[in-house]
Amino acid sequence: MITFDKTTKTYEGNVTAVKGVDFTVEKGEIVVLLGPSGCGKTTLLRMVNRLESISEGKITIDGQDSMSLNQTALRRKIGYVIQSNGLFPNMTIEENTMIVPDLLGWSKKEKKERFHKLMEMIGLSGEKFGKRYPHELSGGQQQRIGVIRALAADPPVMLMDEPFGALDPIIREKIQDEFLQIQKEVKKTILFVSHDIDEAIKMADKIVLLRGGELMQYDTPSEMLVRPKNEFVREFFGKDRAIKSLSLHTIEDLRDMIGLAEFDDAIADTKTINVNHDLRNTLSMLLNQEADQVIVSDDDGNKLGAITIDIVQQYLHYEIKAKPAPVLEGV
Amino acid sequence: MNKKKVISLVVRYSVYGLVALFFFWAIRNHYFDYIFTESSTFWHLIKQHLQLVLVSSVLALLIAIPGGILVTRKSFRRAEWVVSNTVNLGQTIPSLAVLALMISILGIGFKTAVFALFIYSLLPMYRNTVAGIDSIDENLIDAARGMGMKPVQILFRIELPNAAYSILAGVRTAIVLNIGTAALAYVVGGGGLGVWIFTGIQLFDNGYLISGAIPVTLLAIFVDYLLRLLERLIVPEGSKPPQEM
Amino acid sequence: MEKWMKFLEVNSSRIFDLTIEHAILVGLAILVALLIGVPLGIYLTTNDYLAETVLQIASVMLTIPSIALFGVMIPVFSIVNQGIGFVPAFVALVLYAQLPIIRNTYTAIRNVNPQMRDAAIGLGMKPIQRLFRVEIPNAFPVIMAGIRTAVVINIGIGVIAAYIGAGGLGVLITQGISRGDNYLIITGSVAVAILAMIADGILLWIQKRFTPKSIAN
Ligand SMILES: Nc1ncnc2c1ncn2[C@@H]1O[C@H](COP(=O)(O)OP(=O)(O)O)[C@@H](O)[C@H]1O
Ligand SMILES: [Mg+2]
Repeated sequence: MITFDKTTKTYEGNVTAVKGVDFTVEKGEIVVLLGPSGCGKTTLLRMVNRLESISEGKITIDGQDSMSLNQTALRRKIGYVIQSNGLFPNMTIEENTMIVPDLLGWSKKEKKERFHKLMEMIGLSGEKFGKRYPHELSGGQQQRIGVIRALAADPPVMLMDEPFGALDPIIREKIQDEFLQIQKEVKKTILFVSHDIDEAIKMADKIVLLRGGELMQYDTPSEMLVRPKNEFVREFFGKDRAIKSLSLHTIEDLRDMIGLAEFDDAIADTKTINVNHDLRNTLSMLLNQEADQVIVSDDDGNKLGAITIDIVQQYLHYEIKAKPAPVLEGV
Repeated sequence: MNKKKVISLVVRYSVYGLVALFFFWAIRNHYFDYIFTESSTFWHLIKQHLQLVLVSSVLALLIAIPGGILVTRKSFRRAEWVVSNTVNLGQTIPSLAVLALMISILGIGFKTAVFALFIYSLLPMYRNTVAGIDSIDENLIDAARGMGMKPVQILFRIELPNAAYSILAGVRTAIVLNIGTAALAYVVGGGGLGVWIFTGIQLFDNGYLISGAIPVTLLAIFVDYLLRLLERLIVPEGSKPPQEM
Repeated sequence: MEKWMKFLEVNSSRIFDLTIEHAILVGLAILVALLIGVPLGIYLTTNDYLAETVLQIASVMLTIPSIALFGVMIPVFSIVNQGIGFVPAFVALVLYAQLPIIRNTYTAIRNVNPQMRDAAIGLGMKPIQRLFRVEIPNAFPVIMAGIRTAVVINIGIGVIAAYIGAGGLGVLITQGISRGDNYLIITGSVAVAILAMIADGILLWIQKRFTPKSIAN
């Protein structure tokens, strides 16, 4: 658990990069620091492992004031991943990955085992890649090595500064998925910087939205999408942001995950749409109130159920963030 | 075989041919004879030459590399500008002048020559140490700090290995330059193979000239080659530049 | 200091003459080195085998100690009765200037953005047009950097040329040594340093002045 308590950072020359930020990252959660360039995301992140000093306020980690901890020991318990992967060119992949365990004095055998386990996690062969050097790997591979390097000594906390920002979109999505999969297993407490809204929505349990060093809203992605606290938040996500993300999904996906509502034969004004329709179109149809009831049918014309705005919103809540299906309630 | 390769081979073997021709001509004119007729002097001069180079280079190494490391520490950053400019200015003074000016301070002899050579070797070593360390991606240092490496660990595990290529290139440049400059040690009474070169020039004796000049040249080329090999062994595989020419 | 001023006053015309002599020796050598090195560097970009060979030879050349090269020049050029003086010094300086000039020209032309080259081809430029309109202008700053290196090296090495009777500022230093006169040595050194700085400054100005604005950074 990481708690920010009126945390403030003023650089020399009076740039206040972070202003009195208050929030708590719960154990095992991914909190994404989101906001436009220069809003203080990196600064806030780097105050946690004390790469930046804290000007005012404090940061506590599991109840302990970070300033009271030994700096080196603190950093070794916090995994740190940066955009430019930071792999050391003079070390092999195995040496790079095992550097913190090495600093902590693990035995050769322990390191070897750990290395192979981590490589397995990201689906790369430890045998094949262990003796290679960073420049012999693709950008995506390097970034994944950067991630497992941070995980190597099994730190409870991870700090990730735009870790996938330099990758091309297809690879980025793949690595995001892979990372979420890993996170399900390792359950780290993660602070994740991003300036990409889609990435934030996908990765975050909660989002910290910053502007000019101030916290605008701290909420789950769906809350933030649905109930923005102020104009900035609304503007930032854009009016069609949530809808946009829905276009990636079909009614079929929603049906698999949440199920559909019962349809009511008594309602006369109904429209029927195919189950393969994407949710974005479906939602606009619902919002336009083209009919009192929208019935979903399969390719053979069998009625599968009805769809409502509520269900779409629920789906937004869970599916778009790759979370397990909720217990069905009142649907 | 294609035409380009042929041209390249022709050029290469023409140069070999010219060198061979030179040696043939020099031997036929007995220009190398002193090496054998005065072999004890010859070996004495070689030994002196090597001593000049070795002592001054080692001293320079011990000052320039730690100096370069020190100047790139965060707390000394401000000093870098001053040190670097002083050292750069030093380089514009001709080597001969550095030697000559030492006479008035240290008198004539071996020590004077060593000291001048030492001063003159500092720059390439220092400059390449600073450049090598400075060229390391800031993000690497940041990552290293972030994972809890201490400054000394960062220096020895990250900075020096990744700057090794540049540092060693500086050391090589300095030593090879030093072998050449040591041939001027004669003018301050420092001995070395320069003794024969200058004797040759002054007496118009091509024998002394060639018997001094060619061994110095071969020494420089050989040491350059040796140090390149050493670089290949020492520099970590991953931080070598992509291709070497 | 006062004595030194007096010394300068007495010897000013001689110092000036030697400086000019030095500049001419180095200037001519650089000019010839350019006429050889730049076209050669450009040609090397079309022949990788030759590039390797030539750069290797040039880099070995640069490791040859200056006094040794000057020394070897004497007997070689005495074959044509030019053993002492301008010619051997001039030839040695041309050789020393080759590596920086050839290497920088070669790398600079080779590193011209391939997309830019493609664009030029796409515009239907002939190879020679491409060379003069695209490649050389873009490679210019790096080529100039090579020339500057060569000039500074040569001005320094030119001092040694005094020992083989080629004149120049080295004369002040060698005389200073033989007479034990520090004024002469210091004056010679300072003059050499100033000459090097002025030459470098002028070349830097030319480099900036003629570098296309869009690629200057
Ligand atoms: N070392 C520094 N010194 C002075 N100002 C800085 C420093 N680092 C960042 N800043 C300033 O602090 C603000 C926040 O920067 P940063 O945390 O890097 O933003 P983000 O990561 O959100 O893009 C910016 O205005 C930036 O210019
Ligand atoms: Mg940032």
